[in-house]
Parts: sequence; structure tokens; C-alpha cells
Amino acid sequence: MAATLKDATAIVGIGQTAFAKQLPQSEKELACRAILSALADAGIEPSEVDAFSSYTMEETDEVEVAKAIGAGDVTFFSKIGYGGGGSCATVGHLASAIATGQASVGVAWRSRKRGSGPRPWKNTAVQLPTPGQWTRPFGLLRPADEIGMLARRYMHEYGATRDHLFNVAMACRNRANENPAAMMYERPLTREMYMTSRMISDPLCLFDNCLETDGALACVIVSAERARDCRQKPVYVHSVAQGLPAQHHGMVNYWNDDPLSGPAWTAARHLWKQADFGPDDVDVAQIYDAFTPLIPLSLEGYGFCGRGEGAAFTEGGALEMGGRLPINTGGGGLSEAYVHGFNLINEGVKQLRGVSTAQVPDASTCLVTAGEGVPTSAILLRA
Amino acid sequence: MTTTTTPATTTAATTTADELLIPVPDEDGAPFWEYAAQGELRVQACAEPACGKLRFPPRPCCPHCQSFDSEWRLMSGRGRIWSYVQPHPPLLPAYAAQAPYNVILVELADAPHIRLVGNLVASADAPLDSVAPARLRIGARVQVVFTETGGVAVPRWILEKS
Ligand SMILES: [Zn+2]
Repeated sequence: MAATLKDATAIVGIGQTAFAKQLPQSEKELACRAILSALADAGIEPSEVDAFSSYTMEETDEVEVAKAIGAGDVTFFSKIGYGGGGSCATVGHLASAIATGQASVGVAWRSRKRGSGPRPWKNTAVQLPTPGQWTRPFGLLRPADEIGMLARRYMHEYGATRDHLFNVAMACRNRANENPAAMMYERPLTREMYMTSRMISDPLCLFDNCLETDGALACVIVSAERARDCRQKPVYVHSVAQGLPAQHHGMVNYWNDDPLSGPAWTAARHLWKQADFGPDDVDVAQIYDAFTPLIPLSLEGYGFCGRGEGAAFTEGGALEMGGRLPINTGGGGLSEAYVHGFNLINEGVKQLRGVSTAQVPDASTCLVTAGEGVPTSAILLRA
Repeated sequence: MTTTTTPATTTAATTTADELLIPVPDEDGAPFWEYAAQGELRVQACAEPACGKLRFPPRPCCPHCQSFDSEWRLMSGRGRIWSYVQPHPPLLPAYAAQAPYNVILVELADAPHIRLVGNLVASADAPLDSVAPARLRIGARVQVVFTETGGVAVPRWILEKS
């Protein structure tokens, strides 16, 4: 019988740098600072690290990181594809490696200078993936344009409105207003600000888009057995999943029979199959929010409501503190920091430690998801 | 021993003098653009007689029967708007100059699950912002036209005359 991943490993350390539009340090330095901070949080020496996992579009590789922080011999390393779709899979890969004895102390990290660095869509000479020939010449240039296309159709089919998207933006902003580390701390959002803000790709306005951020985060994973002796309360990795659906096309899933059913649905099926509990038992969720429409789509995909019901789910304060499903309690990518979703992982850990700046009382289960719209991943954490 | 190398990625867009992006076809997509230059909208189809399914974007083999034989089937050029966006700056300069313009997704009348990204324009050579935003509507019937940009023929869409 192969080892099961369920609760076999735990996140025992988390670390982060400041988040800002512009930080003076290099991506490599930010990565090292976040990783060393996570190891200090766990009470584990850098020389004990023998596994690394990160995701693509990460400029800092494991060779550089390992030698900079003083890691020992590394016996497992992986890099997951599809940008923000890889965030939760880093934890999943390390959990697999540790549960099967390939390594004992794993570090996952993300370091980005998206706030001050170049934006890929601005570079006309960039090597684009093949689908570029079918979209770019027509002025579908940015992720906001690609997701905006799906959002408009979703609104048309299910009666979703900009008020629903505002509910998402508002929930994330309200949580950021409670989080001193968030870029949007002390910067409240109003409905009027939202409704009168400039459009980026109509139907998506400024506040439907994530923040451009410099910053880094990391977490440390060990076996459940070892976790019991660590400094912090263990947060167990209960279930993990990746999802690349049949006939999926990436951000432009327009050629799928059902473009509004994205990778979340695929990841969710596997995630829940491996878990001891279901969507109704989730106390708090950290849902990848590069754009507000990803929230209703993900709520449907992960089974919190039925198909087409994601927008209505956001009504009546459901996503706020005390609501049916508080989300993105640190502020998320929309209002805390957009570091390809890694802040969502660390925020999930904070909730289950009971130390979030927007703590859900007695939270013991948390769903964390990675980028929807691209091959994705998700984890269920439990206290 | 000979080996054939295929680049993992291709430059899928390059710029014209006025900086509008022009498509740079990959090996699988090249016939689409060659037919477009002849004023024809054609979609790749499986050439296995028992299958014959259309597929888009083009690829080396059929996902239904795994046949590597393909043909390019002529479409009527009619379709409906499945969705649309109106991009606003920040954008590449040539696009910013026409913003807000429209980008539409057209589902083909002949094959509703094949959807092409394009622009709704007043006439083939008109600018990307030549149709009033109020005329954009999901479900609107459109007809393909072709225009040349940077030496490449690209499909665009006009509202079907009713
Ligand atoms: Zn076939």
C-alpha cells in the first residue's frame, strides 16, 4: 500500500517580506529573506533543508537559493508550470516528496518584482506561446482582456452584474484594511469608487484587477511526526490536487466545449475525493483572485454552490467576516499583494494557527486555491 | 540518423510599422493564414473518413481518433458574437491609439464550438474602434471579411446585413 498524503505532512513555518509597488532588493534577496524567515518561524536550521519547490515565471532558481541560504544536500526539487496555477502544487509536491521519504525538510517560495519589473504583454518581441497568433493581433493583449471575455459571457448567461464583482473586490479590500502588511491597509474602497473607476477591459474595471507587487513569501513543510516537535502549531496538508482538464487551452479557454468550466472543476473533484470533509465543512477559503470573476467561477468549481450560482453566492455579505464563507482574509491578490497567490497559502496557515488579522473564530479547515483559468492546483489545510 | 527539430515555441506575433501586432503562424496554423490570404476562412478537420471532426486551434493529430491526416474545410464565414471586451489603456501604443476598441469572440455558424477571436469593424479596412460600443451584443450575427495588415491577411467581422 502506497503512503497516503492525507495529513502526512504539515506546514510548520511561514515567512514573508514587505509588499510594495517597489522594493529596493533583488528578487533573489527577497526570496532568501522570505525563506530564512519561514525557517526561523519553524525553528529549523537552513542546513536541514533538502527539498525545494517553486513555480514557473520564478527567476530565482533552487541552485541559487540553496547556496545562498546554506542548505545542505538537496534530494528533491521541482518547478510547477503555468505561473499562478502552480502555487498550491508547490506544497503538494513537497508533501509527496516528504511522505514518500525522498526528503525531510521542504521549502516552497515565491519571489516577484511585478510591481517595478517589466510586464510581459508590453513586450512585442516576446516569445509567445502558439495561441498568441489567434488572439494577440486582434488586441487581446493582457490577462485582463482574456478573463474579461469569459466574465462578459458569464454575466450574460447567469445574470451576474458588476455589483457581484464589487462584492468580491469589497470583501478582499475590507480584509486588507485590517491587515497592516497589506498594500491596501488603511485604504478603504466604496461602491462609488468601484462604479466610477476607469475600465481596464470592459466589463473589468481597475478594482477587478490584482495589485502589481514586489515581494516574496515562503513556507516550510515537514512530516506530521516531526511537526509535533516544531515551534509552531502544525497546519496539516489534508488533501492536494492539480487540474488540467481535457481540451483545456490556458487563459483563452474559448475553444473548450464549455469555456466557463475551468481547471478548478478538475482539481476540485480530486481534492474532495481525497478529503475527509466537503465544501460545507470549510471554515475559511483563500481563493486565487487575480481578477474578481475568478471568485464566482471558483466558488462553483470547488462546489460551494451550483453552476451559475457563484455570483448570487456573493450577496448578503457571504464572503465577509461572519458570512457563509469568509475569503482572502489577508486581502488576497486584489488588496494584500499579488505574489502569484503565495500569500493565500500563508494566510491559510495563519487562520489555522489562529493568528490572522481577520481571524475566523475556531477556524480548523481552509481551502487554498491557485490560479483559475490556467492548469491549476489546490490544497486543503486543517488544524 | 536525421532528426527533425520543431521549436517549442514560436514567435506568435510581431509588429508592423505602425506597431499593430501581426500574426506569425506556427507550423500547424500556417494553412489558416494561407487560406486567409485567399479570402477564405478554413478550419482544420480530421481527414479520417469515419471521424471528420473539426478542431481549433490547429494541431498535429485528431483528439477524437488520433489520426494525423487532416484537411482544411471551408466555412461559410457566418457566426454570432459569443462574448466581447473593450480594452482600455495601458496598452501597446498602436492599440492605445484606437482604445477603447472591441475584441469579439465569434462562434462559427457551421461549428458553434469553434470560436475565433477577432474585431467587429464597420468595413474590412476600418479601424478597430469603427463600430459604436452600443452595437456590440452577445448573439449578434456577423460575417467574416479580410484585411491586410503588415503583409498578412487577417479575418475581421462585420455585422450581417439583415
Ligand atoms: Zn479524427
